[in-house]
Amino acid sequence: MEMASLLNYTTFLPLLGAVILLMIPRTEEVLIKSWAFFVTLATFLLSLPLFYYFDGSQSGMQFETIKSWIPSIGASYHVGLDGISILLYVLTTFIMPLAILSSWTAIQSRVKEYMLAMLILETGMLGVFISLDLLLFYIFWETMLIPMYLLIGVWGGPRRIYAAVKFVLYTMVGSVLMLVAILYLYFLHHNFTGTYTFDLLKINAIDIPFGLQFWLFLAFALAFAIKVPMFPFHTWLPDAHVEAPTAGSVILAGILLKMGTYGFLRFNLPLFPEASVYFAPLFLVLAVIGILYGAWISMVQRDVKKLVAYSSVSHLGFVMLGLFAFTVQSMQGGLIQMINHGLSTGALFLAVGMIYERRHTREISEFGGITRVMPVFATLFLIVCLSSLGLPGTNGFVGEFLILVGSFQTVPTFAVLATVGIIFAAVYLLWMFRRVMFGPLTRDENKKLVDLNGREIATLLPIILFIFWIGFYPKTFLNKTEATIARLAETMNTAKAELQQEKSSPYFKYFVWKSDDR
Amino acid sequence: MESFIWYIPLLPLAGAIINGLFGRVLKEKAGIIASLAVLGSFVLSVKAFLLVRQGITFDGNLFDWIVAGDFHTSFGVLVDPLSVVMMLIVTGVGFLIHVYSNGYMHDDPGIARYFAYLNLFIFSMLMLVMGNNLLLLYLGWEGVGLCSYLLIGFWYQKPSAAKAGLKAFITNRVGDFGFAIGIFIIFKTIGTIYYAQIFEQTEALLASGVLTAATLLLFVGAVGKSAQFPLYVWLPDAMEGPTPVSALIHAATMVTAGVYMVARFSPLFSLSEVAMAVVVAIGTFTALFAATMALVNNDIKRVLAYSTISQLGYMFIGVGVGAYAAGIFHLMTHAFFKALLFLGAGSVMHALANETNIQKMGGLYPKIKTTAITFIVAWLAISGIPPLSGFFSKDEILAKAFAYHPLVWALGTLGALLTAFYMSRLVFLTFFGKSRVEPEVEHHIHESPPVMTIPLMILAVLAAIGGFVGIPEVLGGHNHFEKFLAPVFEQAEEHIHLAHPSHAVEYALMGTSILMALAGIVLAYLMYIKGSISPVKMAQRFQGLYRLLYNKYYVDEIYQKFIINPLIAFSRWLWHFVDEGIVDGLVNLAGRLMILFGLLLRRVQTGYVQNYAAFFVLGTLILLAYYLLS
Repeated sequence: MEMASLLNYTTFLPLLGAVILLMIPRTEEVLIKSWAFFVTLATFLLSLPLFYYFDGSQSGMQFETIKSWIPSIGASYHVGLDGISILLYVLTTFIMPLAILSSWTAIQSRVKEYMLAMLILETGMLGVFISLDLLLFYIFWETMLIPMYLLIGVWGGPRRIYAAVKFVLYTMVGSVLMLVAILYLYFLHHNFTGTYTFDLLKINAIDIPFGLQFWLFLAFALAFAIKVPMFPFHTWLPDAHVEAPTAGSVILAGILLKMGTYGFLRFNLPLFPEASVYFAPLFLVLAVIGILYGAWISMVQRDVKKLVAYSSVSHLGFVMLGLFAFTVQSMQGGLIQMINHGLSTGALFLAVGMIYERRHTREISEFGGITRVMPVFATLFLIVCLSSLGLPGTNGFVGEFLILVGSFQTVPTFAVLATVGIIFAAVYLLWMFRRVMFGPLTRDENKKLVDLNGREIATLLPIILFIFWIGFYPKTFLNKTEATIARLAETMNTAKAELQQEKSSPYFKYFVWKSDDR
Repeated sequence: MESFIWYIPLLPLAGAIINGLFGRVLKEKAGIIASLAVLGSFVLSVKAFLLVRQGITFDGNLFDWIVAGDFHTSFGVLVDPLSVVMMLIVTGVGFLIHVYSNGYMHDDPGIARYFAYLNLFIFSMLMLVMGNNLLLLYLGWEGVGLCSYLLIGFWYQKPSAAKAGLKAFITNRVGDFGFAIGIFIIFKTIGTIYYAQIFEQTEALLASGVLTAATLLLFVGAVGKSAQFPLYVWLPDAMEGPTPVSALIHAATMVTAGVYMVARFSPLFSLSEVAMAVVVAIGTFTALFAATMALVNNDIKRVLAYSTISQLGYMFIGVGVGAYAAGIFHLMTHAFFKALLFLGAGSVMHALANETNIQKMGGLYPKIKTTAITFIVAWLAISGIPPLSGFFSKDEILAKAFAYHPLVWALGTLGALLTAFYMSRLVFLTFFGKSRVEPEVEHHIHESPPVMTIPLMILAVLAAIGGFVGIPEVLGGHNHFEKFLAPVFEQAEEHIHLAHPSHAVEYALMGTSILMALAGIVLAYLMYIKGSISPVKMAQRFQGLYRLLYNKYYVDEIYQKFIINPLIAFSRWLWHFVDEGIVDGLVNLAGRLMILFGLLLRRVQTGYVQNYAAFFVLGTLILLAYYLLS
């Protein structure tokens, strides 16, 4: 019981911090920044007991709170953590203090509003990961959009308005269909049981016929596929990343994108298992296209940040491959890869931000030989690149390997094609690294660059700790997800068998658009 | 076997961490720490060797690594005759090269970084050879690849060095792609990746029909790491790294990992004739192909690099025909003489202000005697002159190759001729004849300090007598080496059916290869010392061939033109045309259509009451019509 209230306190602490922040005069910038950092750090520390006491051998919800919220329509405040959300929850609390640290000198204007947006954003994100009530989830999901919109639109680069509007509108298009599906589920539950509820676990208990699963799956999937982003819904991402301030990119890549993949795990797979099986080939194809397409386009980028943005498309393709291959290894790999991508790509954006702050450019051709003047940066940046390209001994390997070895069990062709992606991950990252960091130091502007300061090192080091921790001892984290994923894998296996049966019914023919031999 | 085993890889890891973190303070003391760490590993490896010799082996896990569902892998080691031989080579030769590096890298400002990488390499290489499961092999495999990348590009300010490092890493990743899929297949079929369990279930792999595919995919990894055709292209460029690195990583240890892999998986490879044939074919072709490129190259290190590729080919012939012990034997003797050759080349460069062009050398013998004499020992060893080490190991392979197929033997023997020739050419142009050294370099020529020459001398002794552990029975020996390794290859031997040639045949084969070696040396002597055959005229007479060889068969250019450039062009097209044009174009089009739609609707909002009234009447009429007509 007390852990459950800790979960609530942790989630709303940033919001509380934001309220108190309102009382600090806007001229006290150092105090504002320190306060925001303190609040996010406290949130992280409070979340540690949650991680520690979370029992990975249980597949159900833990630390649950169920409070009646709007009883007239059956909406409740129902929150909790399970093996799917625990890691993402702690990732969020972990990334936020680092994001604030990275903004210390980069944000010069409207510091107070910026920190307010950050704190509100954090509660929004944490809320998304713990909501077990569809209405509550939807509210957090939309809440989160606004501060992110502001982060890009106010503190972003030259084309920030275009990028911010594109980000919001694109996400909205998907969300609206999801809202329709949520309402449909709400009424469906009433039809089945006679009670109105938005409670996810209750809705999960009803057995939705395949014909309905088909459409509901698509409505949810569109919202999440845009968020992931999956090919071909990814084009908002490079724009958003290029324009967003460093911390915005870190949060966007580190956490916001995970909401897409999280959504698939939390809603699509358990609520519509048969439709998930049915649509799996489509998603596998898109995942593999994303992996290769993202990697190839990354390879020829001229702007480091855009390169990292496209690499996200590739990395998230791995996650989607893992989720839709439906084996324990691939799904656990997918889940851990979400964390890895949050850490590694977050760190890549931090690193890019560090040289951008010094040179005010991200064009690869503007650099070269930076290692000579920034040796500490070179070492840390290289470690981050290696983790992103999945070198064994780093976190990236654990995730990618589990995804690939797991998906090879059920969908070998896709796994093999995805494995090609690991070659190109090395190409685009190390080629960029060579052009930026190696070679002669020719430009005068670059000769004066100073190496990382203490704050910057402190921003990267915690991530590097986890890069090696997950790389060498992933058990700490895999253990937490084990039981939940095992149960989900079972659900998916049952669904496979059931779909096979349903296929023989004449009614099914209406939905068959492609023969499926899986 | 007890806990001391774990210290063997952990000591160099600790050295790497200490040098990595405190290198700036330690400066050249980093070399001492690094060398001591490897020495410690070597001493413990000897201890392990003594235990293994008594028949004690060890297979145990330290802690779980990745566990998910029924997938399980751990940090665990297997110490058996095969791995202990590799451990001795890695730490023994590794230690000598560490010592040598103390002298060679003495004035380099990045010396601490250098030793941190070097120790990290020893750690990774030990994980590679000691691991008891495929994933740990993969960890070591990519780990040594990383160190290779870092050390090739050690002088990162040189664009060519940075490029060479990148090329090495990426080419190896292509190989690792195959390796990874091999692991997937094995896990999918038998549900484990531990060596011991895999070897218990070889029949299951065979029965499910994936054995050949699995072994060949693993071999793709070996082709990359051991620089075999067609993935060898990174190794000559790898010579951009400091010379001791070339000796350690690109001659003695890392590049032999592929040979180790095939030997380790002998129970699988021996079950597939196709896989074995592919290994032999690639090995034979590479042995000859690389040797031809060494014939005309003028860079002392690149000649040695092609030689390494070629010698690795011989090792693959050995393990491919099923003579696993012979392959590993050659791996060991090659580690001695090739490390010696590279370190010797380093000593020459040290004397000549980093000159690597052998056309600008000559007559160095009296000036740097220790280097020259030790180099000559290595030259005779690699050429296959008895009783030096290379003779025994190469002959063992060729004898077994003859039993496999006479053609393999014939090509291998031809390769031996080429080897003797290009090595003699190298030695003659470097140490003998008239000096062609640039005058300003000439008066600086000096022998290297003892910290460099002592490792040369030790390696020279090993290169000379290292073959005695494997004297074949036909020469009255007992082949201790083969007997020591026998338990590892027992399982594979059941499926290898090589005929035993009669003693007469063996003598004849041996005689032929000695003759070939002598012929190569004599030919080189006539061309480069006596001058009775002019190399220049030869080059003119066979101009086409000479150009082809001199330009390394244009393989790099072909890869550039037919793989790399099209891929980059394709990626650019994907980016500009597909992504920005079509995919994002459609997104923006949707946005624009909305705006257009809005503009059209705006027209309706005229603000005139008459218009609204007209719409109202029109709407009423339509509704009326609808109800009346339906």
